[in-house]
Amino acid sequence: MNVEFSYALCLGFILLVPFAMAGLSLINVGLGRSRSAAHFMTASLCILSTAFLVYFAGGYRLQGEPSIVGSIEFFSKQGIAGTFFQEGSLPRELAGELLAILSVGLAALIPLGAAADRWRLRSALISAIILSGATYPLFARMTWHGRITVPQSVSFVSFLDAGGSGVINVTGGFAALCIAWLLGPRHGKYSQNGMPAAIPAHNAVFVLFGCMLAWVGWMGLNAAGAMLYTGTRPEQSVLVILNTTFSAAAAALAAAAVTRIRYRRPDASLIANGWMAGLVASSAGCATFKPVIAVLVGLIAGALVVFSVEWFELHLKVDDPCGSVSVHAVCGLWGLLAVGVFAGNGGQFMAQLVGIATLFGLIFPMTYGLNWLLNRFIPYRVSSDGEHQGLDLHELGADAYPEFVVHSDEFMQR
Amino acid sequence: MKLGGFLLLLSGGGIVFAALSLLHGRAVTAFILAGLAVEMLGLVLVFRAHLPAIEDNG
Repeated sequence: MNVEFSYALCLGFILLVPFAMAGLSLINVGLGRSRSAAHFMTASLCILSTAFLVYFAGGYRLQGEPSIVGSIEFFSKQGIAGTFFQEGSLPRELAGELLAILSVGLAALIPLGAAADRWRLRSALISAIILSGATYPLFARMTWHGRITVPQSVSFVSFLDAGGSGVINVTGGFAALCIAWLLGPRHGKYSQNGMPAAIPAHNAVFVLFGCMLAWVGWMGLNAAGAMLYTGTRPEQSVLVILNTTFSAAAAALAAAAVTRIRYRRPDASLIANGWMAGLVASSAGCATFKPVIAVLVGLIAGALVVFSVEWFELHLKVDDPCGSVSVHAVCGLWGLLAVGVFAGNGGQFMAQLVGIATLFGLIFPMTYGLNWLLNRFIPYRVSSDGEHQGLDLHELGADAYPEFVVHSDEFMQR
Repeated sequence: MKLGGFLLLLSGGGIVFAALSLLHGRAVTAFILAGLAVEMLGLVLVFRAHLPAIEDNG
């Protein structure tokens, strides 16, 4: 197949990625409270805008991408046409830069789910600057530019993460955990003796429709990532898409079965989280798994996410309303590990462990440290009154559903 | 405890990177696993450090 066809196909896949962002935003909105719904979507748009611009301004350089888009030459006398299509700019590099900028947007949206109903808009934007300007580009540089390698006899084995289980999801999931810790739980979430109260999702239809949108986006993300970062041939994209789909399907059914057994009936929000967990876990090895392995990876991810959500809420006292830490961090780590487990190659397993060690030993402390520092100067959490009132009214001055009276007791003076 | 946990996380990462750049053969594998073990210890400390603060908040 010629270069032009591969480029067009890859571009087509990349243009599906915004569906993943739309899906993730809808899932977060649906799992949150109705009185913060407009704030959620506004924050999603503003976070995306911040992430794109910060990455354009500095992230590209840190990631070590060829300076085609993210360079000051863009403003030079040559003009846009003179620099954008400069000599030596390969279609692959251009497509890679487009995918990189969309990926950073997706990663920046992840923490919003863990910080629902209590995160100031301005703080969310500042945190997005940290992620898109420092932690994400740093790990993307190490992963996608082959910096994480393990020696094996006469050659080196590289850490493999085709669709971004680690680069996008674990990086975003770690940010979600750090911010959930810094914010603390929502008022009324935990009783005096530490028992969590169930705060139900306000719109399950948004959540489930968001899952379907995210599926479309993830197919594009994994297929484009596989072509650009692991050298998958265009005709192999079908396998990548099948692996993504099979993993999500198996994970959703596993979550349904586990919740049916544990809670006596299937849980809609945990099934949605299972579906997302399957998509996340499939990303790292989407180009290398056989379909049966993708099903197995999805089954484990779907079961894992149910136990993980419960563990974080019940035992670790992390108030994560949308399950972002479990879906993106825990299942992203499982996806990275699965590549090594099913590779049948000790060197690949060690390379995956080194990638995971980099995430824990560098990205996690860096994410926590920077967010902790900013939280000292610009408090992340809204006031207690603002939390009771709801972020829609408190921060935006208008409700998402002004024509409906929803949970009127929540607006009463306490 | 929180600071200690994060220092252990960083130290574990340092052990892994040092092993990759300084050592050869089976020692690399041993030190990568040792580095990961140190990181897991740090992670446990960080999680434990966040438990009481949240219980007080409840």
